[in-house]
Amino acid sequence: MSTQADLDAMYQEIILDHYKHPHHKGLRDPFEAEVHHVNPTCGDEVTLRVHLADGVVEDVSYDAVGCSISQASASVLTDLVIGKSVDDAMAVHADFLTLMQGKGTVEPDEDVLEDGIAFAGVAKFPARVKCALLSWMAWKDATAQSLDASGTEEK
Amino acid sequence: MVATGPTSGRLPGLLPELEVVRKDFPILERTVHDGLPLIYLDSANTSQKPQIVIDTMVDHLERHNANVARAMHALGAESTEAFESARDVVAGFIGAPERDEVIFTKNASEALNLVANTLAWARPSTSSGVDLSIGEGDVVVTTEMEHHSNIVPWQLLTERKGATLRWFGLTDDGRLDLSNVDELITEHTKVVTLTWVSNMLGTINPIADITRKAHAVGALVVVDASQAAPQLPIDLASMAPEERPDFVAFTGHKTVGPTGIGVLWGRREVLEQLPPFLGGGEMIETVRMERSTYAGIPHKFEAGTPPIVEAVGLGAALTYLGHLGMDAIHAHEQAITRYALEGLGTIKGLTVLGPLDAAQRGGAISFELEGVHPHDIAQVVDSRGVAIRAGHHCAKPAHARFGVQSSSRMSSYLYTTPAEIDALVEALEYTRSYFRLDG
Repeated sequence: MSTQADLDAMYQEIILDHYKHPHHKGLRDPFEAEVHHVNPTCGDEVTLRVHLADGVVEDVSYDAVGCSISQASASVLTDLVIGKSVDDAMAVHADFLTLMQGKGTVEPDEDVLEDGIAFAGVAKFPARVKCALLSWMAWKDATAQSLDASGTEEK
Repeated sequence: MVATGPTSGRLPGLLPELEVVRKDFPILERTVHDGLPLIYLDSANTSQKPQIVIDTMVDHLERHNANVARAMHALGAESTEAFESARDVVAGFIGAPERDEVIFTKNASEALNLVANTLAWARPSTSSGVDLSIGEGDVVVTTEMEHHSNIVPWQLLTERKGATLRWFGLTDDGRLDLSNVDELITEHTKVVTLTWVSNMLGTINPIADITRKAHAVGALVVVDASQAAPQLPIDLASMAPEERPDFVAFTGHKTVGPTGIGVLWGRREVLEQLPPFLGGGEMIETVRMERSTYAGIPHKFEAGTPPIVEAVGLGAALTYLGHLGMDAIHAHEQAITRYALEGLGTIKGLTVLGPLDAAQRGGAISFELEGVHPHDIAQVVDSRGVAIRAGHHCAKPAHARFGVQSSSRMSSYLYTTPAEIDALVEALEYTRSYFRLDG
């Protein structure tokens, strides 16, 4: 594939749309855990909050600075996990991780990843995979902390 | 695209025979992304290497390889001679008052850490000489425009010793704010450390003035010359002693040399008074189980087998720069930088961070393009064969000062042509259209 085609594969219309009009952006209450993740190589940052209730991801809110890929990825993440059970959301997370770490060889499942399939082109650019995964790693971290917090409360 | 266009090639100040000079750098012949000419504008990150550096290193490995200063055979003597000759070249390149004041390190970061660590270990002096020890109530002064490698070692030092780290702020146009210099440089100040040329803003700092003020209160001055050594003529011996820094650090790979080799120049009296940095072979005079005594400078600070072939390569690199002439290289950088500032100024929504006068700055130009993140800029211009850097350039505090999280940076060097700047400007215009900034 040519460079131009690779570039267009990365900067899909869907990604640019999410970048310009991000979903669920902003920090909201209530939340059980808030995390701050940084990509040390480029300085991209995300602050992300997770609100869980009865094993369901009730809300994911975030404030982020970074490139189009990292911003769009955070937007797509919230679309995919809000309203799902934690277990289902973790399964989506695992699929997205597999896609991003597949170096462009993984065929994404649109039924699972929806707009997330647009990131298949990003997987071919190793320097940008971390951009796409920043908010996803933050979400996993915050969710684990939320589960720990609720576990402690029950005791 | 040709490397130098008919009009732009006549820019005043360019290196004479630029096309011939470019042929010394084999990598500039290669293409990227299936046939696009490489436009390498990331030389502040690392410079490209001329054939003579590559050949000298290969020749050393093929014909002269042996350990230095300990092998009693023909190759050992040749290798030691090559290694120590490289030290002579470095000393000549920076006009070091003495060649034994030149210490090889692995890079500029290690050189700066060497100074910060040995100062942390220095004991209050009991005999004659300056008290180099740092403790509570003492102040180390740095600046907001430093590379992280000239901030973090000093944070570690002051945290460990209970001393205070203070810093010069920056003016809106990217210079050091010297308005409170008399509050920062006082009798409590033990060290003033600053970059000669900013890797992000390009600013050239008034080293002599600040050194004079620091020396007046008895403080040591440490200068990070990582960006200065490649592009400014440096002649330490010709500086007045009160204006000459006590330490100067730079790295080999930005001065057309290899990675893995850096330089710390230090004033003999201070180096002799400081305790050793790393312990091991080479740095000793004699070793007994109870205690050891140490070699004289420079070997006192060069424990273990040094980066021999890298030092030899650096010697070849600095010899090459010397042949071109650092005055000529500086003039070339200024001409290209002026041309680049003009070109970047034509792009809608583009803001340069740092001084806008080419005569007052180095060749690294950081900029923002409204509406496009630096990563995305770097990615799109790379698709046109143009290599620039995007991110915080290891200068997060300087970015924070200007309210930006990251920036894009183009950086030229002695092999950069005006036509390459034209290619960058064209690629940035393409980036604007790619992200549909005009509608």
